[in-house]
Amino acid sequence: MGSADNQKGHRPDESPQKEVTISAFWMAALETTHDEFGAFWTDQSVTINSSVDAVTRPTSQYIDLSWGMGKEGGFPVNSMSQTAALMYCHWLYKKTGIFYRLPTEAEWEYACRAGSEATFPWGDDANEMSKYAWFKGNSKSKYQKTGTLLPNTWGLYDMLGNVAEWTLDQYDSAYFSKLADPVRDPLASPQSRYPKTVRGGSYVDGPENLRPASRQYSEPAWNKRDPQFPKSRWWLTDAAFVGFRIVRPVKQPTAEEAEQFFKAYIGQ
Amino acid sequence: MSADKTTRRDFVKGGTLLAGGLIAAPLLSRANYFSGAADTIKIALVGCGGRGTGACLQALLTKQNVKLVAMADAFRDRLDSCYKQINADDLTEWSGNKGNVKNKIDVPEERKFVGFDAYQKAIALADVVILATPPGFRPIHFEEAVKQGKHIFMEKPVATDPAGIQRVLAAAAIAKQKKLNVVVGLQRHYQNSYRELIKRKDQIGEITSAQAWWNNDGVWVRPRQPNQTEMEYQMRNWYYFVWLCGDHITEQHIHNLDVINWFKGSYPVKAQGMGGREVRKGKDFGEIFDHHYVEFHYADGSILNSQCRHIPHTMSKVDEMFTGTKGKIFCGEGKITDLKGNVIYQFDMKTENDPYQTEHDELFAAIAKGDYKFADAENGAKSTMTSILGRLATYSGQVVEWDKAINSGLDLHPKVYDWAAAPPVLPNADGLYPVATPGITKYA
Repeated sequence: MGSADNQKGHRPDESPQKEVTISAFWMAALETTHDEFGAFWTDQSVTINSSVDAVTRPTSQYIDLSWGMGKEGGFPVNSMSQTAALMYCHWLYKKTGIFYRLPTEAEWEYACRAGSEATFPWGDDANEMSKYAWFKGNSKSKYQKTGTLLPNTWGLYDMLGNVAEWTLDQYDSAYFSKLADPVRDPLASPQSRYPKTVRGGSYVDGPENLRPASRQYSEPAWNKRDPQFPKSRWWLTDAAFVGFRIVRPVKQPTAEEAEQFFKAYIGQ
Repeated sequence: MSADKTTRRDFVKGGTLLAGGLIAAPLLSRANYFSGAADTIKIALVGCGGRGTGACLQALLTKQNVKLVAMADAFRDRLDSCYKQINADDLTEWSGNKGNVKNKIDVPEERKFVGFDAYQKAIALADVVILATPPGFRPIHFEEAVKQGKHIFMEKPVATDPAGIQRVLAAAAIAKQKKLNVVVGLQRHYQNSYRELIKRKDQIGEITSAQAWWNNDGVWVRPRQPNQTEMEYQMRNWYYFVWLCGDHITEQHIHNLDVINWFKGSYPVKAQGMGGREVRKGKDFGEIFDHHYVEFHYADGSILNSQCRHIPHTMSKVDEMFTGTKGKIFCGEGKITDLKGNVIYQFDMKTENDPYQTEHDELFAAIAKGDYKFADAENGAKSTMTSILGRLATYSGQVVEWDKAINSGLDLHPKVYDWAAAPPVLPNADGLYPVATPGITKYA
């Protein structure tokens, strides 16, 4: 995990590199779409914005936070908080009995690299990027339908670019220096709403932010145009570029562990 | 103003005024005597809901020496929850900066006012008032604040009917005479992308048509609770009653209509349109429509096509667009193109600001310096009137002329504001409210 100091685009929060062992998991080949998230958002059997129900639906968006970039037909869902992404996981768990969650930073980077130690999963040449990723250079400032470019060698699409992807981890610029080497299943546990780590860069970023090692993080400015107090816990007015994909740990937690997990992250 | 809170400067100023023999003056119009950045600017908040709480925090987060001294709301529980929220230990999630504004809040029990007349008492204690109740009350609150000589931040829309518009226009003229700064929460005027676009609007030549959208899922609903009087129920679930809200074409779509007026530099002369209630029906939803589509005509012959819809799972879009003789302006994207689609200007979205904070930053900076810079009320009233014109057109199905509508005297408000009084619209035996029917409903 991380990148060497001499890698082009390297930033200090990507070092020191650490050897990480990851427990087995499945990961969605595609970013979660508006269509999929919509099944949750429109589920009439679930309350809306309850402060007590363990699973509850997001409120309506005050304005259209897809910003006209597309909804039906496989576009990635966007502009949601980490809470909303995890509530979708909780809802899926209730519906299917299978525990899904966001990936950790370590899981995400492991999956993105798909065995590669180069700058990019396909090697060191940034000129190859347009084949694999929607980024500033080819996106026309919009996210695109998921799965339309080439996947990485493990069959995962849009890991880099398109929408940046929420991870579970609290962002800590010194995170890697605090990890043992080697380390198993690292996770920076939740401390506060901001900053949380997002990975992969997005359609608004240049190649330097679309490296498997590059780390970005959420901040209050992502919701600066929400005029209400308190601000929405579901939606972000100024982070159209953020989305997510889900993972399914092979070793499933017990029902009690799963509920504890969601309580820790969602708070109810 | 209690004696032990008097600052040195207050004391000195008070002494000066006494020496001049103007004993009554500070009570009459303290705002006009406001004289320097070292002084404390006293704020009263009128309307303590989600937006009022937000606006209050934005005022308290400006760089000026401000203090919240009074709060008013129709409901005690709303006031209390607001008071608790603004006193939060840490506002990082709100402002992006650690810390709080507790030391800028000085609202003891005796300066918390509740009820329909609470606003008068709160306004009297301040230099600047924030008016953020449901819009139906804005005209009387604005009138009172102007009468008392206060600087004003007021939310949009500024009225719900033509009678209210006339009151706001009259008070706006007096505010100008008194040099009271008035900012209206049509925050796109304070947003970098819009400010850059309007500077360049001549790049598209003459504007020949415009489009405006506020299509989304809708807003909150507060179902009736046992023991509520009809008045209390409507005040709680205010979005769905025209006298309080103006319908969503007025309450939300005003933002987009206002942008068109702003770039056009004028207001429509007539409107016609269609609308109704297709999905959002039932007794929780009062009397408002869930969609409106209006054709606004400007004096130069150009047309604004405006649509607003509150229906889930339909195309959502909140934006404005202009077509001119030489190009197009896409407001949401911050982009200007020629008629072939070539981009001739692109606003850098990374330089976008938080316009809700900026509107307060600029207002309070002007007040602190003693400058008179903002007179937003007249435009606020005329853009609100634009939205009302649209509503009258969709409700009636007729062509509605601006001059006739604004002078119609149409007044939706109750004669008496009291929890036991009857509001202007009442439900039938099934709990349903009368809804406008195009072709039958008269607009004035």
